[in-house]
Amino acid sequence: MSARTQRHDVVVVGAGHNGLVAACYLARAGLDVLVVERNDYIGGAAVSRQLYQDFTYSNCSYVCSLLRPEIMRTLELPRYGLQIIPYDGGCTMMRGGGHFALYDNHDALRREIARHSKRDAEAYHRFSRDIIRQCKFIKPLLLREPPDPTSFRPRDLMELLYLGQRLHRVGEERMYDTIRFWTMSAADFLDEYFESEIVKAHFSGSSIIGTALGPRSPGSAYVLLHHYMGDIDETVGAWGFARGGMGAITAALTSSLRASGGDVRVSAPVAEVLVRGGRARGVVLESGEEIEARTVISNLDVKRTFLKTVAPEHLPDDFLSAVRRFKIRGSSGKLNIALDGLPTFPSIPAGAPCLRGDLHITDTIAMMERAYDDWKDGRWSATPYVDMLMPSQIDPTMAPDGKHYMSVFVQYCPYELADGPWTDAKRQAFGANVIDSIAAHSPDFKSLIRHAEIRTPWDIENEVGLTEGNIFQGELTMDQLLFNRPVPGYAQYRTPLRGLYLSGSSTHPGGGVMGAPGANAARRVLADLRRSV
Amino acid sequence: MTSPYPSPPHFRRPLLDTPFAPRTRELQQVDHFVAWAGYSTVDVYSTVEQEYFAVRNAATLYDLTPMVKYRVSGADAERYLNRLVTRDVRKLRVGRVSYVVWCNDHGHIIDDGTVFRLAAQDFRVCTAERQLDWFLDSAIGFDVVIEEVTEQVAALAVQGPTSAYILRRFGLEGLERLKPFELAEFSVGGRPLMASRTGFTGDLGYELWMRPEHALGVWDELMAAGRTRGLRPIGSQALNMVRIEAGFLLPNVDFVSAEHTVRVDRERTPLELGLAWLVDFDKPHFTGRRALLRQQAAGLRRLLVGLDVAGNKPAHNALLYAEEAGRREVGSVTSAMWSPTCKRNIALAIVDAPFHATGTTVWADIYLNRELVWERRMAASRVVERPFFAPERRRATPPADR
Repeated sequence: MSARTQRHDVVVVGAGHNGLVAACYLARAGLDVLVVERNDYIGGAAVSRQLYQDFTYSNCSYVCSLLRPEIMRTLELPRYGLQIIPYDGGCTMMRGGGHFALYDNHDALRREIARHSKRDAEAYHRFSRDIIRQCKFIKPLLLREPPDPTSFRPRDLMELLYLGQRLHRVGEERMYDTIRFWTMSAADFLDEYFESEIVKAHFSGSSIIGTALGPRSPGSAYVLLHHYMGDIDETVGAWGFARGGMGAITAALTSSLRASGGDVRVSAPVAEVLVRGGRARGVVLESGEEIEARTVISNLDVKRTFLKTVAPEHLPDDFLSAVRRFKIRGSSGKLNIALDGLPTFPSIPAGAPCLRGDLHITDTIAMMERAYDDWKDGRWSATPYVDMLMPSQIDPTMAPDGKHYMSVFVQYCPYELADGPWTDAKRQAFGANVIDSIAAHSPDFKSLIRHAEIRTPWDIENEVGLTEGNIFQGELTMDQLLFNRPVPGYAQYRTPLRGLYLSGSSTHPGGGVMGAPGANAARRVLADLRRSV
Repeated sequence: MTSPYPSPPHFRRPLLDTPFAPRTRELQQVDHFVAWAGYSTVDVYSTVEQEYFAVRNAATLYDLTPMVKYRVSGADAERYLNRLVTRDVRKLRVGRVSYVVWCNDHGHIIDDGTVFRLAAQDFRVCTAERQLDWFLDSAIGFDVVIEEVTEQVAALAVQGPTSAYILRRFGLEGLERLKPFELAEFSVGGRPLMASRTGFTGDLGYELWMRPEHALGVWDELMAAGRTRGLRPIGSQALNMVRIEAGFLLPNVDFVSAEHTVRVDRERTPLELGLAWLVDFDKPHFTGRRALLRQQAAGLRRLLVGLDVAGNKPAHNALLYAEEAGRREVGSVTSAMWSPTCKRNIALAIVDAPFHATGTTVWADIYLNRELVWERRMAASRVVERPFFAPERRRATPPADR
């Protein structure tokens, strides 16, 4: 039985959200699509896992904003059970008491910022305006294929023209702003608006999440923008929870895929891409089973795809060296914690809605930069930046009544430690340091912990498959964006191996549970198939 | 000497407070009130978005007291109601609720509402508009007593996926056995209380009916029971969003009562509003029957339908055209919104024949004010089935906890 060969139009390697998005579009176009997944569960980095009693962990990605509404609508994800629930605000707690919070209500927010600086409360309007201007510029590019600037094909010329026209239309002054924004550091960018340390520290958080950059590194301003690019029902920059955890996204995608005739096979690890006659013809599973397909789509990151699943003799040397040089550094860890009750944070006033949002404990940019220094030296941050949420305060499905699930994203944590490989003792020490850092702001936090899953970049690579545990499948720096993502010359979802495509967030426009790379890859595959027919 | 006027007098403060006002006024944060059937009610408590999502994700309290309520009783109560409304009231068992409309002799809708059968010949009728005049006119020749009981009954809607769990913890034992459109009597802490599995949200939910003097105690205990499961009060704006998703009609928004229309051709029949399923031609005579039979035979010149509008800009008040060029006008939008749950741009609209057939594309003429510059968009709009959102949980018995 296992030796029998199956044939499909398309086989997708990896049931992460982008692979499933690509599969859904292709199945809707009438192709016979099979997704194969190494793990015994679907979802990749968008999963809901029950690892302790009746608690549900979004144990990898944990919040949702960037998932393109066009994709949800076209693939009818709400019909298949997906509900995105926004949360209101967030807060940074200060050492020695005090806090800075964000609120939905305009006047509450203005008065909150003014507690720290009256001038910043007004500058916030300028800040929001400029962020929205940049988002408006970038957003239409998300669901488009980046042009190859060296090509003279009509399609590339048209796309370059489109990009140029958009830049031209915003005017000379804003064009400078855009280029500056894409290259400057978050700290420099925020200095142009705010004077209060705590306000700057709060807003700079999203410039380092998932990134091996510090707030003072050039390029970090773009990462900040990347986190603002999403919206929930047109509220720009809003973030929310998928009801039932992030796995609800991939569950809805799976149902949508099956409704259009496609399927997903779990516990089906791919050993290598099957190559015959110089083109991809399918995949070989670790079991030895061959699955033939006219088109193979790899949802794995570019390094894992070409350094681990395609034999090197099929690939040009310069391409392989570019892939080897691709920056995909592990810099983040994750704690998933089951809590017996809601911890108290004395510096946040009772009843403040910001407790339901994202909580932080890094109150200056300098402190954030020092956390980055530790990473550069091959240590986890002694005083880490955390992005901490308790989704169970909003989503009742995440924990039993009165209990809470806490997701703690930790920046920074290295993939390789200076003092040798990760061990369980080191993992525990990393987790304990994070827990101590939070406990410094919450006296009852430790006593409420019933279970904690601690994930280092090494764990994320081994369990999820992301190289070095990099959440974006590659750094979001200018040298790896647009027509340079993943590597120059191959930004259009195609690869040097005919019949093999990439759909993961190693491709334009990058990571963040956006789905856009998957949708763009599907469009490319369909265009190529039509051409070959 | 006592004043013959209420205090403060109606000419100083025209709107009444509901029995829940001490709590609703304390909890609202942004001073958005709206007049509803003579009462001052909360339009928004904090933000419409958060209130809306509480209905679809957790649980909500909505002060329903201004809903106009009548008691209809007497030996002929069933016969009377069966002549009044278009559905067959004889089929409504004691302990059940029915959504109904009633018409004039032309088949034009006067109002919609719900009929609760409390006993064989004892009904409660809840309506949007005051109906005493019409109800009493219709009662000639029937042994029936009709009294307005709006002020004697305080009402709260408890709606959302965690509502059943919260209500059981509040003390409504056995509530999980209630099927949609069933009602039951309970007693909580010595307070008699009626609960019905009804609502205007299209989600899992219940409505509680109680004496006004028990209102604040019930509110407080409910809020305590629901604290850890996301219970929060919502205003009318959030409710309006969920009712559009559920495809429910709002009088004076999606249609005007035939008792109020001044201009010719502004009346609507239940058939034109897509409510043919509420009209039972097999039962004995009811008001409007002949006119509706005639209309059924002749075919509909227009129909209220759901639209799936392209883009994400709500088609508020948009005129509809047969083609993108906007030459032939074929209807207009009555309610519109971007649905955060369906991730679709939805609308209810009155559309002329033959464009009201499901699957037909019409064009919505949408005007957008973008930083004080008006822009016009013609958005392709497909006629689709209602409701837009109908989760399984609204019907599941017993209901899920969350």
